[in-house]
Amino acid sequence: METGADRGGDGRRPILELRDVDTHYGPIQILKDVTIEIYPGEIVCLLGGNASGKTTTLKTILGYVEPSHGAVFLDGEEISGLPTQERVRRGISMVPENRRLFKRMTVRENLEMGAYLRDDREGIEEDMERVFELFPRVKDRLNQRAGTLSGGEQQMVAVGRALMARPKVLLMDEPSMGLAPVLVAQNFEIIEQIHEQGTTVFVVEQNANMALSIADRGYVLQTGQIVLADTASALLENPEMKKAYLGELE
Amino acid sequence: MTAASAAATGRGPSRFGFVKGFLWAVRILAVFGILWGSYFSITGGRLSFDQWKDLMVFGVAQGSVYALIALGYTMVYGVLGFINFAHGEVFMSGAMIGFFAANYLNQTGLWASQPFLSLFIVLLVCMTASTLVAVGVERVAYRPLRNAPRLIPLITSIGASFFLQYAFRGLFGAGVKSYPAVRALDGAWNVLGFRVIKTQGIVILAAVGMMVLLYLLVERTKTGRAMRAVAEDQEIARLMGVDVDRTIVTVFAVGGAMAGVAGLLWGLVFQQVFFFTGFLPGIKAFTSAVLGGIGNIVGAMVGGLVLGAVESIGPSLVLAGLGVPAAHQLKDVVAFLALVLVLVFRPTGIMGERLAEERA
Repeated sequence: METGADRGGDGRRPILELRDVDTHYGPIQILKDVTIEIYPGEIVCLLGGNASGKTTTLKTILGYVEPSHGAVFLDGEEISGLPTQERVRRGISMVPENRRLFKRMTVRENLEMGAYLRDDREGIEEDMERVFELFPRVKDRLNQRAGTLSGGEQQMVAVGRALMARPKVLLMDEPSMGLAPVLVAQNFEIIEQIHEQGTTVFVVEQNANMALSIADRGYVLQTGQIVLADTASALLENPEMKKAYLGELE
Repeated sequence: MTAASAAATGRGPSRFGFVKGFLWAVRILAVFGILWGSYFSITGGRLSFDQWKDLMVFGVAQGSVYALIALGYTMVYGVLGFINFAHGEVFMSGAMIGFFAANYLNQTGLWASQPFLSLFIVLLVCMTASTLVAVGVERVAYRPLRNAPRLIPLITSIGASFFLQYAFRGLFGAGVKSYPAVRALDGAWNVLGFRVIKTQGIVILAAVGMMVLLYLLVERTKTGRAMRAVAEDQEIARLMGVDVDRTIVTVFAVGGAMAGVAGLLWGLVFQQVFFFTGFLPGIKAFTSAVLGGIGNIVGAMVGGLVLGAVESIGPSLVLAGLGVPAAHQLKDVVAFLALVLVLVFRPTGIMGERLAEERA
């Protein structure tokens, strides 16, 4: 397996790395020897169908489950074994599947929750301005309850909330899930936008076409194992990929 | 909740029709009974207008104590989704330990010479005792069961409740302990034409003050935001970096502190406590929380005040008018009837709208 060979060669250190990770739920093994490397400034996507282990990979990164073998590194330091909030403090944040905003809180409170671990008032204000630049509509809705927003607006708040933590790596769990096609496209534009501003992004997605169209590299996960790892353009041309994930007939 | 109600309505037209018809009958009877009773009580002139006003003031004082205790039920329910039946005993612990402090201060003479300083000291003792008990119960009886089904901590809460009752009985005896009277609070104030007995006035002021503080804590501070986040979505709260376990402990501590304040106020109004003191006020406060809409903080405050007023005025107003003998002794009956009626008319409680629509 030549994971990230094209990038790793120049001696840069991955910002986020899963090294030989096995993860079990009780006696059932979900992830088998998973190695993923994400370098600063990249968009990397993890593709795979239902029950392929995508969600478990994210849970292992965040510490909701611990790997039974192998380790997770952030910026060269091992983070497996640390509690979730410590990993968040060190620079991982996630836009969860289906957005999962605090619906009873206002939009402003949601953004403030994103900055929960930070104490630098000025920095928080700055980042909030950055979120408003990215999503001007969010500013108009600041004092509204998050539950009253439209799906597209909620997605903006969810991304904004994750950015408020000033993450080194932003994880995105199924950003296209449950959204209308127009919103899916909008969503991927958002990802590109925040990437252009310098955030490293790790996208977990079923919609392979969409994800590969914006990603630098991709990994394909099948029943808990990485079966393909290559640049996005190579994966788009890969005949096996075309057959299994890109929905093209021979 | 949605699944249950869907199952109930989906059981076929005949049963649905019967239940609905029965509920309507209860509703009509209740409204008719209340109007009928009230009409005869008022026209009968058995109580003077001033006496009605006194009942109202007492109801508000009693209700504000219920409200303080109810906050603990509703906050724990909001965060963990089960009823902490040991909360009545948390309240009792504060009242009991507070008694010993008050008694000691009374013997040293400070109680008489510096009544307000003494009350403040006893207040701190009550709050500390209740907070420690609440946090201790959480640590021992609930935290190990964090991932168990909701029914399990509910059962251990009943166990913790009995444990605390009989631990206090074992330690301090079964006798009734009498709080020393506060001479400085003899007499009454006149507020907008209402005669407010000073003790009751202090109770209302203290309770309202604590509730304002709590509201500000929950709505305006980072800690409060963390509590609301945990209440709404634990997993995502953790993702934001919230230490969920510590937040839950904070919720128990704050709920305990409120119950501790209620313990002292109870001691001031009724002047006596014993190991079983927590039971009825606990159940009443639970009722208040349900009345207001369980999980809703403002609802618990409103529910407490409403319940206090209803059980104070209700017996004389409704039952006496209907010809029930010795109606004033039936305040507990009225309180729980009110609970049944609210559940029949408005199952989500007074302020429970938001909860219902979100779970739907």
